[in-house]
Amino acid sequence: MLILLPNDIAPSEITSRDLFDNRRRFLQAAGLTLAAGTATWMGVVPSARAATKLGPLGRSPLSTDEAQTPYKSVTTYNNYYEFGTEKEDPAENAGKLQVRPWTVRVEGLVGKPRTFDIDDLLKLAPLEERIYRLRCVEAWSMVIPWLGFSLSALLKQVEPQGSAKYVQFVSHYDPKIMLRRPVLDWPYTEGLRLDEAMHPLTLLTLGLYGEVLPNQNGAPVRVVIPWKYGFKSAKSIVAIRLVEKEPPTAWNKAAPSEYGFYSNVNPQVDHPRWSQASERRIGEFRKRPTLTFNGYADQVASLYQGMDLRRNF
Amino acid sequence: MNFRTPTATQIAAIKALLFALCLMPLAVYIQRGLDDALGANPIETITRASGEWTLRFLLITLAVTPLRRFCGLPWLLRLRRMLGLFTFFYACLHATTYFWLDQFFDLHGIAKDILKRPFITVGFSAFVLLVPLALTSSNYMIRRLGGRRWQSLHRSVYAIGILAVIHYWWLVKADILKPAIYAILLAALLGMRGWWRELERRRQLAAAVPPPPLRGKVIPLAVRAPRQT
Repeated sequence: MLILLPNDIAPSEITSRDLFDNRRRFLQAAGLTLAAGTATWMGVVPSARAATKLGPLGRSPLSTDEAQTPYKSVTTYNNYYEFGTEKEDPAENAGKLQVRPWTVRVEGLVGKPRTFDIDDLLKLAPLEERIYRLRCVEAWSMVIPWLGFSLSALLKQVEPQGSAKYVQFVSHYDPKIMLRRPVLDWPYTEGLRLDEAMHPLTLLTLGLYGEVLPNQNGAPVRVVIPWKYGFKSAKSIVAIRLVEKEPPTAWNKAAPSEYGFYSNVNPQVDHPRWSQASERRIGEFRKRPTLTFNGYADQVASLYQGMDLRRNF
Repeated sequence: MNFRTPTATQIAAIKALLFALCLMPLAVYIQRGLDDALGANPIETITRASGEWTLRFLLITLAVTPLRRFCGLPWLLRLRRMLGLFTFFYACLHATTYFWLDQFFDLHGIAKDILKRPFITVGFSAFVLLVPLALTSSNYMIRRLGGRRWQSLHRSVYAIGILAVIHYWWLVKADILKPAIYAILLAALLGMRGWWRELERRRQLAAAVPPPPLRGKVIPLAVRAPRQT
């Protein structure tokens, strides 16, 4: 297993996207439809490639310096059930998603409700590169260089009222291009307590690996909450609502005994199907022990003081 | 070739072809492994593929009897043992992937998993129940057990099929489409057998028991038609 230290190598080198693009262009030019189809089927050529570089970027002190998961894995191994429930489905199907124009309504218990255009969001605060561990409830993990800024920067703009206790995220749902079977209650919804949403680690995410988000990763805007299981990080957000009561969330509605509202990464609390004590980092052979709060306990444990995290899982 | 009654040579050729065909899924995944085309999580890919092929071979094996009946091709029965053994072969690959690549022979972790996670409990039971079937698949063992005992032992494959589908059903997070398809196929294959058994029971009943003599009052089965006027 080749382990690369992050500072040895620029994002462009890790992704080797030129190689992929060249190959893709060659395949298309040669008219090898069959070959291209086969390659896509085998997960070799990620479809729906993002093109725009984002920057300039400040590097965040909140980043980990662990080895980053290759771009190809980050963009071809996705849970984005609206585009299919197999890991390679989103990379194949999310190309149909139109990410411009795109607006995000921020509403509810706020002093200044506002609809943000995606270009407004890109300029709202300086973009940072945040290299976060991502832990999926299915007991695999990645290390991803996200781009964005703290969600709090956005929330401060709309002036949350004192009565606002929770934040609800609503994802885009378009039955014309997305899965119509009621696997989950579409549109996908997620939620955080307001103090979790205001925590500096909670990232309003607009890109990864120095580029705009690929569609399969939740373009054009998503949240990333690195101390929680991945499904808490709502993708392709169209609305953010500040509310008084704990909002319903997609996975909690689907199986309340398996997916709690909090869903903090916790090696002590197993899922019925996966022990959460260990995880497989994508690209590694052996499993590694899972860290409480996905290794972010120093920053976030205080949010849950006095709470029984076995009950509030 | 006469499809109804192939010669011994033809059966041997069919068996050789089938053997090669049954190895194809393995070959495809070995090739993909060599091409580094197993995706971002190769261990998961291998685990799922070997599991799904086990289930497919189990259903194919169970389909031999109905196919034989519907097509009137008795010689199909002579392929069933190979298909059953390939079911076991892919089940072994699936179990080995779990014990070795997934758990790295961490016996403590494996024991905990089997006891704690219902889908693993059920899958592991299905695997354990397959072992005696594989061990008694030889002609020698059939003779030794006697046809009747051998057959009742091998009927446990019905239970194994049910356990395997439950194992898959409980594994998926939310999208039950694929396990549901396997469940429907299995239900059809088992349902047919249940139906035949019922037909057979009725036939035997009709043949063995003479109709009871009518005694006393006859209860009319249908309302008499109104008298013509």
